[in-house]
Amino acid sequence: MNKKNEKLLIPFIAIILGILVGCIILIISGKSVNGLLVGLLKGLTGFDIYKPHLGFNLRYPGEFLVSAMPIMLTGLAVGFAYRCGMFNIGAEGQVIMGSLAVTMLAILVPMPKGIGAIVCLIVGALAGALWAFIPGLLKHKFNISEVVSGIMLNYTAMYGANYFLKILPGTNNQRTVDIPSSTKLGSSFLASLTGNSRFHWGFIVVIICVIAYWFIIEKTSFGFSLRATGFNKEGARYAGIKVDKSIILSIMISGALAGLAGAIVVQGTFGYGRVMTAADNYGFDGISVALVGSSNALGILFSGMLFALLKVSQPLLQINGIPREIGEIISSSIVFFVAIQHAIKYILSKLESKKHKSMVNSKGGTSK
Amino acid sequence: MEYAIEMLNITKDFPGIRANDNVTLQVEKGKIHALLGENGAGKSTLMSILFGLYQPTSGTIKINGKEVLIDNPNIANSLGIGMVHQHFKLVECFSVTENIILGREDVTKLKTIDLKTVKKKINELSKKFGFAIDPDSKIQDITVGMQQRVEIIKMLYRDAELLIFDEPTAVLTPQEIKELMDIMRGLVKEGKTIILITHKLKEVKEVADVCTILRRGKLVDTVNVAKTTEKEMAELMVGREIDFNIDKPELKLGEKILTINNLNVKSNRGTNAVNDLSLNVFAGEILGIAGIDGNGQSELIYAITGLMKSESGQIILNGKDITNFEIKSRYEYGLGHVPEDRHKHGLILDFKLKENLIIHEYDGKFSKKGILDLKLIDKYADNLISEFDVRSGQGRETITRSMSGGNQQKAIIAREIDRSPDLLIVVQPTRGLDVGAIEYIHKRIISERNKGKAVLLVSFELDEILDLSDRIAVMYNGEFTGVVDAKLTNEKELGLLMAGAKLEEISGNE
Repeated sequence: MNKKNEKLLIPFIAIILGILVGCIILIISGKSVNGLLVGLLKGLTGFDIYKPHLGFNLRYPGEFLVSAMPIMLTGLAVGFAYRCGMFNIGAEGQVIMGSLAVTMLAILVPMPKGIGAIVCLIVGALAGALWAFIPGLLKHKFNISEVVSGIMLNYTAMYGANYFLKILPGTNNQRTVDIPSSTKLGSSFLASLTGNSRFHWGFIVVIICVIAYWFIIEKTSFGFSLRATGFNKEGARYAGIKVDKSIILSIMISGALAGLAGAIVVQGTFGYGRVMTAADNYGFDGISVALVGSSNALGILFSGMLFALLKVSQPLLQINGIPREIGEIISSSIVFFVAIQHAIKYILSKLESKKHKSMVNSKGGTSK
Repeated sequence: MEYAIEMLNITKDFPGIRANDNVTLQVEKGKIHALLGENGAGKSTLMSILFGLYQPTSGTIKINGKEVLIDNPNIANSLGIGMVHQHFKLVECFSVTENIILGREDVTKLKTIDLKTVKKKINELSKKFGFAIDPDSKIQDITVGMQQRVEIIKMLYRDAELLIFDEPTAVLTPQEIKELMDIMRGLVKEGKTIILITHKLKEVKEVADVCTILRRGKLVDTVNVAKTTEKEMAELMVGREIDFNIDKPELKLGEKILTINNLNVKSNRGTNAVNDLSLNVFAGEILGIAGIDGNGQSELIYAITGLMKSESGQIILNGKDITNFEIKSRYEYGLGHVPEDRHKHGLILDFKLKENLIIHEYDGKFSKKGILDLKLIDKYADNLISEFDVRSGQGRETITRSMSGGNQQKAIIAREIDRSPDLLIVVQPTRGLDVGAIEYIHKRIISERNKGKAVLLVSFELDEILDLSDRIAVMYNGEFTGVVDAKLTNEKELGLLMAGAKLEEISGNE
């Protein structure tokens, strides 16, 4: 088997196995597997097999995309840092800082329509990048693991953000006031297309980011230096690449992508800032998305959709009498199976050599 | 005749390639049997079959005349087959004893490790075969040569009767090689049987009794070593006549290219690795730096190439003081570097071959406004690959990790030489390579010299230094004990200098 096929095959096998685990658990607990499939189909297309006369309710695919967009962005964020050898577990904090910056800017600074939304996006990305700069700098100056500082900064971001959101005028215990419509990404046009879902213009941001990600990593000299650093830091240094610069830049770009995720959640999905008691997990979902998508632009696009589907289908599953946790079980099983990909590779190679052997044996048998 | 091991008509197919084609290897008990062949000749595959890592497609294996099926290494172990791998499989922070018993711990009644019995057994083995090893030292504190002995004892501890040595001398100094040869003779004297996998003819000639030669997966011949010359064996191995003579025209010294003044470099451990060292290298010469590994050669080169900081002193390249320059600008001022460790520094193993070939200039001539010029890269890579005969499965698109060591090294040499640097630094350029590749790389280095470039060669192989250099500087403890004319010196003089004697002392005695 060549390398390229293997790269595609492993996530695919992991997904199948993950769904299989879900099905087995359903069967053991005496629930119907059909309910799962029906729920997933409805989450994806809005078509309910049990109620075919209702046709396609486009609100479902709309909401599915709404929840896919931020985790695609955080998936790109984690993937980008990973390609340069960094594990940006701090994406969660960068999402929160992106959200915070956008909320404060939008509520406190009046901006004209059109420009406002774009300025907010840029500021959200900058906030994420700056938050990511901290672990990058700590790694460069003191060789502190970006994993440890990233996790700490996640908490710092969450509680810090709550403090600032609460001092904004009009904030109650759950949310701020609505941000001005000049800064929102939602549109009545998109809503009308998708049965009044919250689907918003953020999808353009996501598409641009996916293309930019692919282009920078695969086609530019900057991407070349990042990949070299990610594969072999010492080798990159020997080649004359400024490894420290690559590392800090890559985690900042990663942070910017995460910050954008935070921005579109505020500007698009909700339209206000939320005071959070627990993290949204966009950043952590991004880790799973990047892992299953092999840190590759197209892979992240699809795995982002998969994880979003498993998330948005949960209420639908419940309606069909299936515990909503089954969605979580499936998505974590998929991550688990990708994480043990060496075992999968091993089994595949065993299968292959067995096939080979039996071919040889049967040949040997006939020649005798 | 009694054979300890017989591998009869072994054929092994991998998808798309036949690694062993009807190979027969019969090893007599109590003999040292060399298995000679170039990289990719099928030696490792054959031994992996014997060790149970692969199953042969066809063919049989007999041990002491009895047919056996070895389908995993544990069975090989229980049949008394032990392998001393080229890359040691030791736990760095464990002691010698702990490493030896790992996986086969003798226990007391209370299920604790019975250190007393274990140590006694190790000491007995050590004494019997002259290993002179301290069972309590940690692996990380002992020399590579000693680590290899630990590997050997590990096999003996498991009652191995047949020991397979896979390229055992690749990592050893000349002295350690000699000691290893003695150990091997001792083992045979005690009735053990040895298979020595190698491509070094000198070693075959020195210790082996019988030699089986493989080429491209096929058995070429099995010869009696005493009755065969090195040249004959080399030709059997390569399949053509070999030109051991290096054509080196008269030295034409040019300008001073590299000047080093009073350089001091600290090692990673903070000790002084290079002490107040000064050196000149001229255009048109090869200056060889000889010495035993670990006497500051690596640090000296790291300082010149920028991988390590200099404490004090000056490095002047082409008239420019580059002591504190970025690595990249050193290359721009005319430095080329074939590094000692091709996996750590020389190559990004997970990159495609073409990406490795442009790694210095990816943001220079191979990109326009920050975007890689993929067409130019492909064309350039193809040219370089054909000019330097770099062989690989999928040409420029091959993932470098999957290439053989020789071809990886050729790729590095191609990349560095093609940039036509005024100063070419080559460190251990032929470590672990086969005769054909060595011959080729030596010719390329000499042709750089003949073109009027300055070459700084560091090698732990004295032969290589003597063959290639015009002048030889011997390094000991971070200093030069002597700089001598390659034509006027000999192995004995160099050996003394390598052991720390000063040139004045030696000539004073004569």
